[in-house]
Amino acid sequence: MDVSQYLEIFIDESSEHLQSISDGVMVLEKEPDNQDTINEIFRAAHSLKGMAGTMGYKRMQNLTHDMENVFSEVRNGNISVTSDMCDVLFQCMDALESYVDNIRNNQDEGTEDNEDIIKALNAFIEGIGGDGKKEAKKEETKAEEAKEEPKQEEAKAAKSDNNQLEGLTLADFERSAVNEALEKNISVFNIKVEVEESCVLKAARAFLVFKNLEGHCEVIKSEPTTQDIEDERFEFEFRLLITTEEEIDSIVSIIKSVSEIKDATPIQVTDKLDEEEEKPEEKPKEEKKPATKETKPASKEEKKPAAKEPAKGGGKAVSHTVRVDIEKLDVLMNLVSELIIAKNGLVSASNDGENGGIKSANFTEQIEYLERVTTNLHESVMKVRMMPIESVISKFPRMVRDLSKKLDKKMELYITGEDTELDRTVIDEIGDPIMHMIRNSADHGLEPTDVRIERGKPEVGTIALNAFQEGNNVVIEVKDDGNGIDTERVKAKAVEKGAITQEQADSMTEKEAVDLLFRPSFSTAEKITDVSGRGVGLDVVKSKIEALGGDVEVKTVYGQGSTFSIRLPLTLAIIQALMVKLGEEKYAISLGSIETIEDIAISEIKYVHAKEVIHLRGSVIPLIRLRELLDVPGEPEESDTIVVVIVRKGDKLAGLVVDSLIGQMEIVIKSLGKYISINKMISGATILGDGSVALIIDANTLV
Amino acid sequence: MDNVNAIEDKSMESTTSVQYIVVKIGSEQYGININYIDNIVRSEPITRVPKTQTYYKGVINLRGEIIPVMSVRIKLGLEPDEFTDKTRFIIVKVDGATIGVIVDQVKEVVTLDNDSIEKVNKANNSDAAANYIESIGKSNGELISLLDIVGLIVEASEK
Repeated sequence: MDVSQYLEIFIDESSEHLQSISDGVMVLEKEPDNQDTINEIFRAAHSLKGMAGTMGYKRMQNLTHDMENVFSEVRNGNISVTSDMCDVLFQCMDALESYVDNIRNNQDEGTEDNEDIIKALNAFIEGIGGDGKKEAKKEETKAEEAKEEPKQEEAKAAKSDNNQLEGLTLADFERSAVNEALEKNISVFNIKVEVEESCVLKAARAFLVFKNLEGHCEVIKSEPTTQDIEDERFEFEFRLLITTEEEIDSIVSIIKSVSEIKDATPIQVTDKLDEEEEKPEEKPKEEKKPATKETKPASKEEKKPAAKEPAKGGGKAVSHTVRVDIEKLDVLMNLVSELIIAKNGLVSASNDGENGGIKSANFTEQIEYLERVTTNLHESVMKVRMMPIESVISKFPRMVRDLSKKLDKKMELYITGEDTELDRTVIDEIGDPIMHMIRNSADHGLEPTDVRIERGKPEVGTIALNAFQEGNNVVIEVKDDGNGIDTERVKAKAVEKGAITQEQADSMTEKEAVDLLFRPSFSTAEKITDVSGRGVGLDVVKSKIEALGGDVEVKTVYGQGSTFSIRLPLTLAIIQALMVKLGEEKYAISLGSIETIEDIAISEIKYVHAKEVIHLRGSVIPLIRLRELLDVPGEPEESDTIVVVIVRKGDKLAGLVVDSLIGQMEIVIKSLGKYISINKMISGATILGDGSVALIIDANTLV
Repeated sequence: MDNVNAIEDKSMESTTSVQYIVVKIGSEQYGININYIDNIVRSEPITRVPKTQTYYKGVINLRGEIIPVMSVRIKLGLEPDEFTDKTRFIIVKVDGATIGVIVDQVKEVVTLDNDSIEKVNKANNSDAAANYIESIGKSNGELISLLDIVGLIVEASEK
């Protein structure tokens, strides 16, 4: 059976199920009697098994089967959850994950049988007697049978010509096919298949039903038609008229083996169909047909709302989602970028007074309209590319649990803001840095339990992962209530390693000392553990975050804990920027980092340590002369005042001195290519409306 | 590579041949292997990039892409470029990167077969320019220095 087209769905869903099992087990470990969680896990494990089976991944199916058995025993109250069991279950989850990884990479589950895990799982069940498993299974099937029987009886009791063809209207040839089958003593069934209301991919499920039935029976008719089913034009049930020589029970179980199929109710068709009777029935049908045909060629818009309405009427809000390849979104994003460049070109052409320009009020109005549209378009595309950060951080509770065992420290992870959204490309990159920081907090930050008790802190250490949006940035904080950073020890270590001299160490501020941690190959952990201490870590975090256009900050109070915050720009491709002029050159500064713009009289410039500073609303702000920094040719014009762009990074401010301001503009960030070496303060280039190129200054590197 | 094959097919003689674009830089003629050339454009305003290698004059906008522009003159230790009507940017694609190379003038396209190309021994030359000369070609009695365009761009970034 060709299931390759469902591979992606399978992979996505397996990962989701695995995640929910993993979350569930985490909860169970703390509250072993939480019945809701047990049921949830059981359901997830069951669907996982079904899916693996459908896709033909036998090893995965076997492992899930044994896992499901354990959950089943737990659910029935025969065994209780222990910490050991959780360990094995997590191992099992890891093994399943590696199956899914293998499948993702080469569409094959691999050859690892994971027999030891299966053995370990079975050991838990055997602990309560070998038969328990079978009994439970039997009970289950019995329960299912019991459920079915009354329905069948009901169906039989109400057997009449109308009922046996309930929900179906048959054409001539279909009727004769039914009659022919009955003559040959082949059973005919009218089966009602119900799909779970939470099912997102109804068409795919229905397709699998059809596929699985192939070879077991012949489908004479389906209502709605197969085409409509494939196009997902049906509610949560569809009907099949089949002829089969097999037992109806086996057919029903084949249908039910497809996950998210809620139920299948067969009604046997025993009476021959009357050729006379069909005619009156046929007529209304014929009337219907042309009607539907007419709507088809009509515009799709008319049809869609019609199709949606019943879904809404059904009471359950069904989210209409489409899976889109990220590459398609990249293409879309590039096109939006081009559009914005073209729009900027139009704006500058209309303002170009020398070559005529266009000054009509209507034109300006239209340009403004176009600007609004492109800005909104850009925002919408951005939103489409955004994903909640949850997908990355959901694996951390499990990781902290493992760390807790490995390091023999008690700790809890608290997460807030998991629905904070970031660009998909950033999400993909952000997992490792956050993981590093959590490990860092667990290993270096939190003290061993006995020390914590001694210091009068709660025995269980706290690591908090907070994500939130701040202006045009997303901030992710990892906070612990551990030891904090011992700056003296950091300095001593740096001196010992020859990274700095003793004099340098003595004159260092607290902050500078903390920054030492971000230098390559620097670790203060006295013993190298599995978790950290190899000296790769924080510098990798820093370089990765900087590559994404963000930065890392540390706040620490010795003895009370530290906070690492990652600050990331919301978008990577298109930003709002302030255009400034230096001599004849134009530069862009991201609006996100600009605090204010000030006109400062030359007389207000003061000197501290021979460096220029200004006083502004109570703070001392160092001045940076961009002309000098960027080697701009020529001399600035003499003037009594200077234009200063105040930029902020965290709680530090700096004033960038520029010649003049051009204005605000939406710019598309482009890279400069790999062979030209560019200074860190240039984060890219952009194309202006007149086709010329302006460089983008990364204010973060200057503060 | 298709280009090379096409050329080979056309000249079914005993030897393989390669097409070169002959350009003038300073007083000398240089040849650039046509397989690396994406495009030739007229010179346009270059945006200076601060603190970069001296032989990168800056970047230009080539149909929506930002392309760095390199001065072969500075790279080869010659006089700085003078921009005239005849100045062209040869847009070359090397190792996935696109780079513009400034030349004083584009003259012609020549087809050189193996017989008319002489390898030069780089080790014997201490001249900066000679490092990037792959070989010498002879065409119509004139000598053309064939540029090692990959070396010019890739090595440049490593130094």
